[in-house]
Amino acid sequence: MSARIGVVTFPGSLDDADAARAIRISGGTAVALWHGDADLHSVDAVVLPGGFSYGDYLRCGAIAKFAPVMSLVIEKAQVGLPVLGICNGFQILCESHLLPGALTRNDHQYFICRDQKLRIESTDTAWTKDFALGQEIVIPLKNGEGGYVASEAVLDELFAENRVIATYQGGNPNGSYRNIAGISNKAGNVVGLMPHPEHAVEALTGPTTDGIPFFTSVLKSLVGAP
Amino acid sequence: MARVVVNVALKPEILDPQGRAVQGALGRLGLSGVINVRQGKQFIIDLDGELEGDRAELLEKLAGELLSNPVIEDFALTVEN
Amino acid sequence: MIDSVNTAQESPDTEQPWADLGLRQDEYESIKEILGRRPTSSELAMYSVMWSEHCSYKSSKVHLRQFGDKAPKTDALLVGIGENAGVVDIGDGWAVTFKVESHNHPSYVEPYQGAATGIGGIVRDIISMGARPLAVMDPLRVGAADAQDTKRVLPGVVAGIGGYGNCLGLPNIGGELVFDESYAGNPLVNALCVGSMKHEDIHLASAKGVGNLVVLYGARTGGDGIGGVSVLASETFDADGPAKRPSVQVGDPFMEKLLIEATLEVLHAGLVEGIQDLGGAGISCATSELASNGEGGMQVYLDRVLLRDASLSPEEILMSESQERMCAVVTPGKIDAFLQLCNKWEVEAVVIGEVTDTGRLVIDWHGDTIVDVPPRSVAHDGPVYDRPFHRPSWQDALQADAPTAERLARPSTPDALKQTLVDLISSPNLASKSWVTSQYDRYVLGNTILAQPEDAGMIRVDEESGLGVAISTDCNSRFAKLDPYAGAQLALVESYRNISVAGAKPLAVTNCLNFGSPEDPEVMWQFAQATTGLADACLELGIPVTGGNVSFYNQTGSTAIHPTPVVGVLGVIDDVDRRTRIAWKNDGEPIYILGDTTDEFGGSEWAHLQGHLGGFPPKVDLPGERLLSEIMVTASLEGMITAAHDVSDGGVGVAVTEMALRANIGARFWIPDNIDPFVFLFSESTARAIAVIPRTEEHRFTEMCAARGISATQFGVVDSGLGVNSGHPGEQVIVFDSQFTLTIDQLREANEATLPALFGG
Repeated sequence: MSARIGVVTFPGSLDDADAARAIRISGGTAVALWHGDADLHSVDAVVLPGGFSYGDYLRCGAIAKFAPVMSLVIEKAQVGLPVLGICNGFQILCESHLLPGALTRNDHQYFICRDQKLRIESTDTAWTKDFALGQEIVIPLKNGEGGYVASEAVLDELFAENRVIATYQGGNPNGSYRNIAGISNKAGNVVGLMPHPEHAVEALTGPTTDGIPFFTSVLKSLVGAP
Repeated sequence: MARVVVNVALKPEILDPQGRAVQGALGRLGLSGVINVRQGKQFIIDLDGELEGDRAELLEKLAGELLSNPVIEDFALTVEN
Repeated sequence: MIDSVNTAQESPDTEQPWADLGLRQDEYESIKEILGRRPTSSELAMYSVMWSEHCSYKSSKVHLRQFGDKAPKTDALLVGIGENAGVVDIGDGWAVTFKVESHNHPSYVEPYQGAATGIGGIVRDIISMGARPLAVMDPLRVGAADAQDTKRVLPGVVAGIGGYGNCLGLPNIGGELVFDESYAGNPLVNALCVGSMKHEDIHLASAKGVGNLVVLYGARTGGDGIGGVSVLASETFDADGPAKRPSVQVGDPFMEKLLIEATLEVLHAGLVEGIQDLGGAGISCATSELASNGEGGMQVYLDRVLLRDASLSPEEILMSESQERMCAVVTPGKIDAFLQLCNKWEVEAVVIGEVTDTGRLVIDWHGDTIVDVPPRSVAHDGPVYDRPFHRPSWQDALQADAPTAERLARPSTPDALKQTLVDLISSPNLASKSWVTSQYDRYVLGNTILAQPEDAGMIRVDEESGLGVAISTDCNSRFAKLDPYAGAQLALVESYRNISVAGAKPLAVTNCLNFGSPEDPEVMWQFAQATTGLADACLELGIPVTGGNVSFYNQTGSTAIHPTPVVGVLGVIDDVDRRTRIAWKNDGEPIYILGDTTDEFGGSEWAHLQGHLGGFPPKVDLPGERLLSEIMVTASLEGMITAAHDVSDGGVGVAVTEMALRANIGARFWIPDNIDPFVFLFSESTARAIAVIPRTEEHRFTEMCAARGISATQFGVVDSGLGVNSGHPGEQVIVFDSQFTLTIDQLREANEATLPALFGG
């Protein structure tokens, strides 16, 4: 019986079906979670997918953080539930204060969709342990509000504590401070990632299959594999 | 009836590319001496009755939690009656 | 005081502003005859929008009829012309629906919102057929690249298409971007959407079942675009700007996303008898079309419509073009379930009426009847014009001015040929479009198999079987200016060729016919020629037109745009895994040209760069295109092909450059015997493709071509090691024997710098 990973659908979520596919391809069981249900259905991990929840109105992720399901996600995340926030999901995790900092408008002001090179900077999290430290991967990036910002003190702390999990290589596509593409919380169970691993799981439709290890990592974490 | 206006703007240290774009445009259209432009949001909230006590406190709290993101934004709340 | 039916009966001589609303005197008289009295102001508003060119197709119907009359017999067509969109069977119980539409005038007025709402409208057309939308494409045409107004229009249009499409979660899998002075002041923003459904999910726009309820759901109704359809579609822009500026429609893609989800759920739950989206002419259109297609009668209580702006008059409510609204017909037994599903998605819904058998569309406003009309007269039996047309006086002179070697000096030295290639691939029309496409999400939904800069967009429809569809849209309007009959055929064959090269079998056609004013007999001639050409070619190729759109009045003053019949062809592929891409891969693989190249430069990109437009466009060769298509599909099925690309704008030189840039691997080429280098490199003869063949398949492939009677000439070979001997060690280069060498980096720089330099970012 494979691990059950929940994927939350908010009004306006777009990459939820893709996240579910990625979970299946990686060997897990995807469980659909509805924003309005304060019930995680005993899943072993949660993915907050990409998209434009609530149209990105007010601020990206600002309204989603108040959804009934989020109170449970926040509660469980604080005691170790693995949570991956992709793009809009990352924005929701920052708005919920499960992760520090915030995501702002791309500095060049365009929406950008491109195949983005990343370097994996930490393999100590539930979602990155299946990578090699320093591994370079290519996965799609697509956003208009992907610029990660935080105070100097927070940025220093993130690097010092090995909580920057991926950085942009070959140019900074959105103005993120210190080329940060993804970060984790202190415990390493909550990860926010701007690019989209769920779009790099099939050679037929993605630039690579470099997204798969994000999902196999959490499956390994859940069975206690080293 | 009470009207509350909440102005939200990015904190000065946060890069504001939209403000910068507007600044450039003002200059190109002939306005000299523009030192800085920041772009923000304004919420105009009409409430029945008077705004006081617990309700005023709650609105102030929501202005700092929902209407603005304190990590990157400041807000200013004024009541017009 | 409300202008009710009673009031109208009692005051037959009241002056009415029919001219301001865009109606002609005879149309007004005709309305009075249909009703047996003068129309109420609400009825007048309804007729004025529904009888406008954009909604009624009054000037185009007589010509569009050919698409039905000459439709080739095919089992694949499940729903033909007349519905919101055509539906085609693709096998395994799957069907797809696709259509392209225009939102030209609004995009000139407000580029972002005009383009955004164009996407919104076409997506709603697709969901109203019962399909889940899968992808969008955007054929765009704007003025000269360095013109000031182009810098206003293009970035806004692209941002609008991206802003709306990305937020809806639909991948953009292709489109076109053409710059031509002809479109200054009249940009063309066409939008295509394709969707899929199982056969049993196909829904039509009809209101059947007396007593069934009519539900309006989605966004609230406001003052958007009031008069937009009747005003803009029937007015040209003059030199001082638009004479009337209606309020611009503003789109809310989030609301549309909710609408898509709610609509698909109610459809799959079997809660809907009939469904219609609200586009041009809003409620007037939806109610009259649903009623006209169904039992013929409907009772509507207009005061039940949820409003964003309480000050709207009933006439305004009827004409409003507020976005993101749909209309469904639901049985009384299922209405609760319907409303509950809308509620789940936080989509507002309200019952505004019911189906009747009176044969009349009756609309009440707070107890007064303000509309009582036969719905067919509004929706289907509007005026039909057979507008006069004649061949333009300048057509002969234009066709006589061919770009022969005498007329236009041709490059002949290797350096000149090299420069010509660089000039072409850096010209705005042929330059890399990634400035545009990187603003669009191509990945969402995880089923995009091919997107720009490949020859076609390709989407996987069935994840288990790999069944997929491919689409391309094309039109060379310079060809159409030189010869509209041939030009429309050339648009069709280019699209047909593009999807065939990708490995898909062509099945069906859609079109977006963008022309000047139908009141100009020369424009009308172009339209008549183009529709005839398209209908004739579709018949010969065996693929039917399933639907489309006409946009007239694209002109400033008396100068019309080039006739621009955009054609979209859809094809099916049984397994997307075998799709053919344009990038070669393996050293030593031979590169062939299929088809014949002759001296044909009329309307070509090269002539365009010289500032010349004249002569005849390249000859159309329908049997040759059909043969090429069959070869390309068979080669794909049989595993005989590594890569392929169609040859079109800019000829062979540009085509191999595009392949090289995508592959990032060099190749060596030679000019075949007995053909002039300039002609071989840049002529735009049709029915040609470039194919790269695995060495092990070469014999089989050439045998097949010989047996089928298509010429296949090797003119190159893939080679990643050319850098050393050509003076560029360590680099990938393209070598044309005895002519010139260019590194891929040089080509890339020339090709990729142009649009960012012009438009920023």
